[in-house]
This record gives sequence, C-alpha cells and structure tokens, in this order.
Amino acid sequence: MTELWPGLLNEGVVILFTFDSALLHIVYLSLAVSGIAIGISCVIGMPLGIWLAFRRFVSRRLAIALMYTGMGFPPVVVGLLVFLLLSRNGPLGWTGWIFTPKAMILAQVIIATPIVASFTMVAVMAVSRDLLRQARSLGATNFQIVKVVLQEARVGILVAVLAGFGRIISEVGAVMIVGGNLKGSTQVLTTATVQFTRMGLFDQAIAMGLILISITFLTSLFWIFLQGGGIEGR
Amino acid sequence: MIQFLYHLQDITKKYDERQVCSVKNLEIHRSSITVITGPNGAGKSTLLKMLGFLEPPTTGSISIDGHHYSNGSDLPISIRRRVTLVLQTPALFHGSVEKNVAYGLQVRGERDFQRRVEEVLEAVGLAHLAKANASTLSGGEAQRVAFARALAFKPDVLLLDEPTANLDPASVGLVENLIKGAVRDLGSTVVLVTQNLFQAERLADQMMLVLDGEVIEVGTSVKLFNHPEDVRTQAFLRGEMVY
Repeated sequence: MTELWPGLLNEGVVILFTFDSALLHIVYLSLAVSGIAIGISCVIGMPLGIWLAFRRFVSRRLAIALMYTGMGFPPVVVGLLVFLLLSRNGPLGWTGWIFTPKAMILAQVIIATPIVASFTMVAVMAVSRDLLRQARSLGATNFQIVKVVLQEARVGILVAVLAGFGRIISEVGAVMIVGGNLKGSTQVLTTATVQFTRMGLFDQAIAMGLILISITFLTSLFWIFLQGGGIEGR
Repeated sequence: MIQFLYHLQDITKKYDERQVCSVKNLEIHRSSITVITGPNGAGKSTLLKMLGFLEPPTTGSISIDGHHYSNGSDLPISIRRRVTLVLQTPALFHGSVEKNVAYGLQVRGERDFQRRVEEVLEAVGLAHLAKANASTLSGGEAQRVAFARALAFKPDVLLLDEPTANLDPASVGLVENLIKGAVRDLGSTVVLVTQNLFQAERLADQMMLVLDGEVIEVGTSVKLFNHPEDVRTQAFLRGEMVY
C-alpha cells in the first residue's frame, strides 16, 4: 500500500486537471449547499449570539447550554431527524425536499447555526463593556453601538463563520442520509469520497479529498484577508 | 435662562442592595468647572456615569435643562449628544488614532471632519500619531487621544474621570489648559473627578467631596479649601485618613 501512495496521489492530481463536468458539478454542489447553509446560519446565528451576549433573562444559562449541546450534535443524528421530518410520512413530507439539495441545506443549517451563534456570543462578550459605554457617551445610537460591537468582534465573528463552514463542508453523515448521494443530483465531495473509497477508486477518492482540503485552505486564506489587521492582535 | 445646567435631587444608586452613591441636592452651573474629589471607592466615578447618562439612578431624577433622567426614563439622543464622558481607563476602538478622534463627529453625521480632527490632535500634541494604530499607543498617549476624541465635537458638557492620571507634568499642564479653554472658548461645562488636590485647586470653580458614596460638602473651591464646614472635609484636606 505504501508504494501505491505516490501513484495514487499523482493520479488524483491528474483527475483534478481533467475538469470533468461530473467532477465540476460535485464541486459546485458542495460549495452551493454549504455556502447557502452557512449564509442562512449566519442570518440566524449571529443575531442570536449577539442577543445572548447582551440579554440577561431567567433561562439564559439553559439557552446557552442548549446552544453548546447543539455544537456537539452528531451530524448523523441531525441527518436522521431531518430525514424523519422530510420523509414522505413525516410532518414536512409535503415539501418534497427529501433527497434534494434543499434537505441537505436544512441539515447543514441545523449543524452550523449553534456553532456560529456560540462563537459569535463569545466574541461579542469579549468586547470591553467600557468601549461600548464610551461609544454611547460619544453619541452613538443603539444601531451605531451594534456596529461597534461587530467591528470590534470581527475576528471572532469571522472565526465563527469559518468554523461553521468547515464543519459542514467536511460533514458526510447528514448529507448522506437526507441527500442520498445521488450522482449528478445530490452527490457532494464528502459523499463522493466515501463512495469512491468503497468502490476501490482510490485515485478519484484522493482527488475529492484534495479538492476538499483546497477549499478549506482557500476559505481560510480568504477569511484571514478579510480580518485584515485584526488578526495581528493588539 | 436658568444658571445651572444639572439639577440632582434625592439621588441614590445601588448595586444589588449596596448603596454606592447618594446625593441630596446638587446643582452644576453652566460654563464652569466642577471638581469631584474623594478617596478610592467613594462613588465619584458612579456619580460621573450618572451625569453622563450611562447609568440611571436607582431613585431620584437628574435633570438637565429641564429634561429628566431617571430609572426607566431615558433621554432623547439630541440631549445625550450634548454630554460626553472620558473614562478613567481610555477605551479606544480598533484602528488609527484619527479614526478614533473622528468617531464622535461621524456618528453625528458630520462629513467634513478631517480638519477638526487635525486641530484637536495638534492641540493635544499628537498630530504626528494621526495615522498610528491606537493599539500601539502608550497609556499617556491613549489618554490624550481619548480626551481629543471628546473635544472634537465641542460638547456642551465634558465629564472627565481622572483625565491626567497617566500623564507626565508637561502633558498635565497641556490638558488643564485645554479644559480651561473648553470652558472659556466653547462655553462647555466641565465636571472633573480627581484625587489631586493641587489640580482641584487650580481648576475648580465649584468643588465637592464624596465619602462613602455620599456628597459631604459642596461649595466654591475658595470656600472649600479655606473654610470647609464639615469636619470630614477638614480632615480630608489635611490629608488625614477619614475612612
């Protein structure tokens, strides 16, 4: 097997540069599903995180504990729940989403939202309260204070997005269950990697793995660029 | 026009059940410098935060030009924006010094603020650091930037919590002159917290002593320094331990 490695890696790289339409579709679907899912997760998770960071209410600790639990929720369990929800006899069976990218997006939103919300909450809580008092005292409205919070916590918030995206782009269990890994329809990089490995097509599996790693790496680079000077710290 | 700007009546401030500040009756006059002094933990900063509308009193009401601020009733933004507070520990935003100084002008929708920013940075002796990252400043520089940021939008009321605590003697003189200038040229009302009695004597028109969360004595600086009525004020001014 050790001798096979260089050859397989070589073939994997060659496959990447064939720009095969089926391969491109898999890459496109992976990015589209996870991109839309992280977008929705941000829309839900960021305000939730900010709200939990600032609001004091009776069951706040319970809410935070539930959110942290959501971060560690096994994707296969999320997949199973979404499957039961969307399957023909499930409460949302009428949507017809099962074994479509929409079902995969829903599952990934459930996985990523607690991660985005938790990281956002922690990042916002780390912003000095004196700084917010100072902004208020300088004449900022509530909306302008929220802008200060986002600006000051931007490194942590970008990490929240990156962590959520990293979790769902590399996730296999949930999308396999609710998407069905249908070639040309719901097959994404992770499920294709599993399938090719099972079929003994290691070169193709390696090609998928290389793309996944590249996407994660490029996303991280892009995020570091967005963070600008903030990543250098104080 | 009524002569006093602030009027505080039967104010108390409690954190949980602990009372940290109490004022029976206090008036702060327009275009004057009021100095609050007292030992650590006396409640001076809490009083300043209430005057800056950052913390409402637990009971009582603070009125400014006839508008009332109390627990449960906030003030319109137009009134809030007349007042600014410079905290004891300078809290600067991420980014450059000039961005920090411009903040108060930007939130007020001012567009042409570059000249004013340069002007106040020049006044505090930091024009050469305009482009520097605020996180690279020393404590004294940060304190002067925070002061310049407050001066930039020419506030009606300038609340200063130990504004010269981290400064060298030359910078102390510079800041004190700017404080006097704000009163003289802009007509600002200044309320300043300091433990430096020499500074208090140099600056104060009106002075008050706070002990254990209570305003003990208020009066002109001449009266308070030369003829204090309360025995605790007399002891404090003599430098005796009174708490």
